[in-house]
Amino acid sequence: MSEAKLTLLEAINLALHRAMYEDLDVVVLGEDVGVNGGVFRATAGLRDTFGFKRVIDTPLAETMIAGLAIGMAAQGLKPVMEIQFMGFIYPALDQLVSHASRLRNRTRGRLSCPMVLRTPMGAGIRAPEHHSESTEALFAHIPGLRVVIPSSPARAYGLLLAAIDDPDPVIFLEPTRLYRMNPQVLHDDGKRLPLDTCFTLREGSDLTLISWGASVHETLQAAAQLQERGVSAEVIDVACVKPLDLDTLEASVRKTGRCVIVHEAPKSCAVGAEIAASLYERALLDLQAPIQRVTAPDIPPPLYRLEQLYIPGVEDILAACETVLDYA
Amino acid sequence: MNLLNPDIPYTRYLDPQGRLLGALPAWADDFDLLIRLYRQMVLTRLFDQKAVALQRTGRIGTYAPTIGQEAIGVAIGALMKPEDVLVPYYRDTAVQVMRGVRMEEILLYWGGDERGSAYVDPAVVQDFPLCVPIATQALHACGVATAMKIRGEHRVAVTTCGDGATSKGDFLEALNVAGAWQLPVVFVVNNNQWAISVPRRIQCGAPTLAQKAIGAGFPGEQVDGNDIIAVYERMQVALERARHGKGPVLLECISYRLGDHTTADDATRYRPASEVKQAWQEEPVKRLQAFLAAQGVWDEGREQALIGECQGLVQQAVEAFEQAGTQPLDALFDYVYAQWPAALAEQRAMLRERVARREESRHE
Repeated sequence: MSEAKLTLLEAINLALHRAMYEDLDVVVLGEDVGVNGGVFRATAGLRDTFGFKRVIDTPLAETMIAGLAIGMAAQGLKPVMEIQFMGFIYPALDQLVSHASRLRNRTRGRLSCPMVLRTPMGAGIRAPEHHSESTEALFAHIPGLRVVIPSSPARAYGLLLAAIDDPDPVIFLEPTRLYRMNPQVLHDDGKRLPLDTCFTLREGSDLTLISWGASVHETLQAAAQLQERGVSAEVIDVACVKPLDLDTLEASVRKTGRCVIVHEAPKSCAVGAEIAASLYERALLDLQAPIQRVTAPDIPPPLYRLEQLYIPGVEDILAACETVLDYA
Repeated sequence: MNLLNPDIPYTRYLDPQGRLLGALPAWADDFDLLIRLYRQMVLTRLFDQKAVALQRTGRIGTYAPTIGQEAIGVAIGALMKPEDVLVPYYRDTAVQVMRGVRMEEILLYWGGDERGSAYVDPAVVQDFPLCVPIATQALHACGVATAMKIRGEHRVAVTTCGDGATSKGDFLEALNVAGAWQLPVVFVVNNNQWAISVPRRIQCGAPTLAQKAIGAGFPGEQVDGNDIIAVYERMQVALERARHGKGPVLLECISYRLGDHTTADDATRYRPASEVKQAWQEEPVKRLQAFLAAQGVWDEGREQALIGECQGLVQQAVEAFEQAGTQPLDALFDYVYAQWPAALAEQRAMLRERVARREESRHE
């Protein structure tokens, strides 16, 4: 019997069903998440299964959604909120930075914010303006938050369950470009994945490719092409950009001596810069070549006609690999 | 009739001299209750004066005085039930102390120590710490009220803010969702006429702040915030209404900020002395005292005894505050996450080394 394959989107939906079934304190809230099941259908079916008290269509106000989740979480609920697109998350920043991330610290543990903010991220689906952002670095900079970005159905399922379990606020960013790409067989076994560990997707000895989110897709393709040329690339999906599992990254780079970081966010002050700086601090003398970063340029995500140029492609990754492989 | 807006009720029982303007609500025949309220107002004021003095002598940091706001906080504190949740702003000493927050905790907070928001009394374990970013707390109260409503509990979330906060999106988004979902939440706006240096008249074009509730689909009303009988009466109605599933209320309490915005502010830069002088004629503590004296239940002897008792309590709090010591270094990390992430372990070591280095340089 062949087993059904699930997309990343279906895996998220499955995890939400599982979490709500396992724990009565889990509630889902956001714009259009109820009757409509979310604009991408990530919350489809939840309203019918768990009712309107636990699957809540909110008024259209992002600051309010985040502020409300903080109050609910402080009362012991586990709100999973959806912000419809990452481009609309900024009104919620004050609530996340000033309150969600530090309520536990402010009260010496008396109150806390066990909540998850889910939002679709990234370019590549010919969406309108303000629907293509990758601003994970904004959140990774904030003490008290966790920032998680799945890049496969299995990791989406296991990481989302872990994020909902986690006693602290988690920003869970879902690459829209991967929503319906690369379906895989998935067992609804409730298994959680660790929130602060990188995933080594492919072992290799010649260079290390570090990526997360939608760019993992192109990074794996680049590694496959390198293999055909006899180059053995290790591919690591960071998955949790805060806190960063630097130990895994360091060990890999010490082994290979060469490193390329690939991400869709603009280059300056991005998580890639943090990783590169940390690797230089930890492993400078093991590096055979300067670390290369393959990223979007520091421009707003273009409207869709040119968005494919904005997103790092396989050729761009291969070019950076050549640079580090050919270096001295 | 409310001359500012005839559609917005306005309540006042005592004039500025403490004279009765009409029939009292039935509960106010209980002079013991009124004396208890008066006692809390006096305690709040004496604590406030002490806190300002501690700031002036460098023993605590910047502090937000509550002088002139005593009637509002004391009425709220007297009426909320233990199971209700307070989501306060930073001028709420009166209500916080009545809920169970210790005065030494308030001093610890303004004295630069997070333990000041830990609230050791189990009675206040669910109350929010005071909120500094303006109006953001109004949404937390709506979230708390949403949890109460989902669980079908007869509890109420009470949130407070100043007049300036009503200009913020957070406040308006909170009103909107509270009305849309008929949440068990009471919004208390302490309209003390000044948002640091910006007066009420240029804060908002609407004649009352209370009417913002009308746009959100629930009642808003004004009370004389210097008349504790008025605040108590309308707060009582608002709490009962919310508790019994009839939805939110916005209570705009008209008061005056007799002090500076904080101890870092100098209100003489922007406020005419004549206006402040006039406000002192209407302040809440003297008003209730005059009323109680006219009823024959208060006199100078009792006043002196009360002041002595309250000063003793304040002094005890100051001593407890001064004996609190400093938190251990690890406390800076212990509450950022439920468990400090292993991936960030080296940062803990970094701070330890920093401390060692400072100590070394001190001994050189």
